[in-house]
Amino acid sequence: MRYLPLNDEDRADMLARVGAAGIDALFADIPEAKRLARDLDLPHRKTEMEVERLLSGFAAKNVAAGSVPFFVGAGAYKHHIPATVDHLIQRSEFLTSYTPYQPEIAQGTLQAIFEFQTQVANLTAMEVANASIYDGSTATVEAVAMAHRITKRRKAILSGGLHPHYAEAVSTYAGMAGDEALVLPPDVFATEDLGALVNGETSCVVMQSPDVFGNLRDLSELAAHCKAKGALLIAVFTEAISLGLIHPPGAMGADIVAGEGQSIGNRLNFGGPYVGLFAAKAKYLRQMPGRLCGETADALGRRGFVLTLSTREQHIRRDKATSNICTNSGLASLAFSIHLTLLGDAGLRRLARINHANAVALASRLAAVPGVEVLNTTFFNEFTIKIAGDAAAAVERMAEAGVLGGVPVSRLLPDKGLDDLILTASTEVNTEADRAAFVVALQGVLSC
Amino acid sequence: MLMRHGQPIEVAGPAEETRTFTGNRGLEIEEGLIFEIGRPENTGVDLDEPAPFEYRLGTLERQQPAGLPGLSEPETMRHYVRLSRMNYAIDAGIYPLGSCTMKHNPRLNEVIARLPGFADIHPLQPQASVQGALEVIAELGRWLMVMTGMDAVAMSPRAGAHGEACGMMVIKAAIAAKGEAATRRIVLVPESAHGTNPASAATAGFEVRAVPARPDGTLDPAEIRRQLGPDVAAIMLTNPNTCGLFETDVVEIAAMVHEAGAYFYCDGANFNAIMGKTRPGDLGADAMHINLHKTFSTPHGGGGPGAGPVVLSSRLAPFAPVPFLRREEGGLRLVEHRGEAPGAFGRIAAFHGQMGMFVRAFAYMASHGADGLRQAAEDAVLNANYVRANLKDLMSEPFGDRPCMHEVLFDESWLKGTGLTALDFAKAMIDEGFHPMTIYFPLVAHGAMLIEPTESESKASLDLFIAAVRDLALAVLRGETGRFDGAPHYAPRRRLDETRAARNPVLKWTKPIV
Repeated sequence: MRYLPLNDEDRADMLARVGAAGIDALFADIPEAKRLARDLDLPHRKTEMEVERLLSGFAAKNVAAGSVPFFVGAGAYKHHIPATVDHLIQRSEFLTSYTPYQPEIAQGTLQAIFEFQTQVANLTAMEVANASIYDGSTATVEAVAMAHRITKRRKAILSGGLHPHYAEAVSTYAGMAGDEALVLPPDVFATEDLGALVNGETSCVVMQSPDVFGNLRDLSELAAHCKAKGALLIAVFTEAISLGLIHPPGAMGADIVAGEGQSIGNRLNFGGPYVGLFAAKAKYLRQMPGRLCGETADALGRRGFVLTLSTREQHIRRDKATSNICTNSGLASLAFSIHLTLLGDAGLRRLARINHANAVALASRLAAVPGVEVLNTTFFNEFTIKIAGDAAAAVERMAEAGVLGGVPVSRLLPDKGLDDLILTASTEVNTEADRAAFVVALQGVLSC
Repeated sequence: MLMRHGQPIEVAGPAEETRTFTGNRGLEIEEGLIFEIGRPENTGVDLDEPAPFEYRLGTLERQQPAGLPGLSEPETMRHYVRLSRMNYAIDAGIYPLGSCTMKHNPRLNEVIARLPGFADIHPLQPQASVQGALEVIAELGRWLMVMTGMDAVAMSPRAGAHGEACGMMVIKAAIAAKGEAATRRIVLVPESAHGTNPASAATAGFEVRAVPARPDGTLDPAEIRRQLGPDVAAIMLTNPNTCGLFETDVVEIAAMVHEAGAYFYCDGANFNAIMGKTRPGDLGADAMHINLHKTFSTPHGGGGPGAGPVVLSSRLAPFAPVPFLRREEGGLRLVEHRGEAPGAFGRIAAFHGQMGMFVRAFAYMASHGADGLRQAAEDAVLNANYVRANLKDLMSEPFGDRPCMHEVLFDESWLKGTGLTALDFAKAMIDEGFHPMTIYFPLVAHGAMLIEPTESESKASLDLFIAAVRDLALAVLRGETGRFDGAPHYAPRRRLDETRAARNPVLKWTKPIV
């Protein structure tokens, strides 16, 4: 087997050194009746060529985003990733190293984490950021749990504009812990008044902007309401590139920010791995979940970096830890950091402008199609359209016509009477030809 | 000397052996932070400004730049290549971190994971357009069930700890369905367990009670029996345990747990030792997560991403979270909502799981096949025992002279009187060119040193490792501590001051006041 260096001669020599009569002597602690006498009922080994053939076959059955006019978003976005990013994250020293427990031989990973933390803090206009959570949804779950610890209250209010998967994850965790999560009804037009619901029992309010329907939300007023009642404001985003053009949550008074970083540096990957961004006000540092990298010096006084404040974490604090998280999204956060380093402020702003321009262009094209209404007043690169007919069927039929035109709202929110809505995203990858194809496909669906 | 915009910046104190003009030492190049070497107006991505258009941002346009430096492409390449060269990696040498299973990461898996049909598909595009992806998930799930002897699998957990929480939530849902949610609130967790176990049980809303090990490092069924009662929901048991020992009484323990109306959660972190040799389902497990980033070789990436699918017994299967796959006429379909799955306890994250990791793990499994997986487990156990056989005369074993599974545990007692600690020993190993073993875990051993070589090491690699450790150990025993004082001496950094980092946390770069 090509991955196993020992040959039978080695094995025999080593067994002799160990003093075992045979390999099974080393498995003698397994009760004999429970030992497998034969190989598992699975195929035998395959050559590299065979594995490539098998898996390429599966891959060929999927429609790749880059192969069609593509407008699907709702929490994961198709962006161009510079070739440099993928090359660098495949460097052996990044790809095949462990969590940096021995900092003297992991300064590469640690400095990259320190830079990542700074980038995330600056991007969100927050004071501190951690080394990542699994993804945006789990970062939101962690943010709510953190708010409960800080406020010593147990009730979260979740905006009706929060991504439904995120809301379900928060509700699930809350149910298990005996906490309360009030999920507001879907808020297509961003008209809900969360401030009025905040009271002395509220631990936190969770608000997403751009929200799942694409609307931009001004958090400032809500932040003031929360502050007045001793509750925390958790700001969520699923499209990190929006922060190149939109007022950041930290500048609007957010206490904790939980975001999805996939858009920067990471591919769609059918939903994972992604990278959860997590930032907070510095005064809440000791209640943060996850790894933190800090600056220090070595014995010669040279700057260096280590994982720090680990007394918050599970390997020290066990059941009293701020979170159970251990492995996080290391390599995905590195991809994020490299891509953002390539972009810089200037590049990020331009990229965000292109996204917005393409979405604005698409919105005006679609609004001109009979039977289509664009519902948003504000948006970044994603908005909601209402069509005359069933959205899920329309999306399926457009797909058959070679256009992936978005996500039917009913896929995320079934049985809510929102069956005629489609979430449609447009990024820098879309061309005028893509938009034209979308219009033709949608017209085709609506006319029959 | 680091340069920013042509000006030197001082980050390194004077040091006799680094006294070169640049502060560099040959191939080892000092590298500033991107915030020191980049500028916000620079960029390494060519993009054309869009033609003027009317914004639809309302009043929410960003007013201030974020403060993100940009670097050109060659500068970016150099920055990260220089950083990378300060890292140890499994591709460069043995990485014997006990409990971490740092095995070879085949590059075939990286190639396949990057096929557009896997990397460039969206989790919410129509399911008819991703049938190949769903088939991979189903097939990987089937392999995991066959290997573990379990009946169902939840694929969405993002890492091991997420899988643990998921498994404990399934158990909680099952208990609630029996009307015992209010009474069964205790989860038994051995003292040797990973910290994630008690933390995950707490996440699922349970109270944790610690179970001590008996003197041989394994669990005593009598002690478990003593602790079991109508208030106990589950036991979380790692097998082989974190001392590298198979829990010999696991079958008896599982039976008494079941008899008491509780569930047996198995931490699958150490599955590498037993794959193809025994099946956790046959040993009585009700739920077990599998770290695809350990046993099935998806790269650790300096701290993730991982994946932690949870296999479930038939008793727990109805309570698995959404989403899950259902095979229907016309193909596979993701069940994404609880409306279709009344027993499901909920959803633990957005979308459907770590597809990128699934593809890599499946390629790894398919490459090995049933025969190769069994051989990998056998080689991993043989390698650990070979290391043990060659070091046990010098280093002390906390639980006596007995064979280990895939990792061998030593403790610090042999260092008594030398003035050295496990940490000193580990740092000296760095100077010899090795990544040290795991130290100070598990907590049940005093000054633990846990070595897991994995099946990826050749005999020659192990022989060199053993010889080096023996040489260090003999130096210790002769009272020669020079190689340990202040080690490491030859790493990119000397010993780092962790106390200072924690006392005065500096967690991001801020512009120095000039």
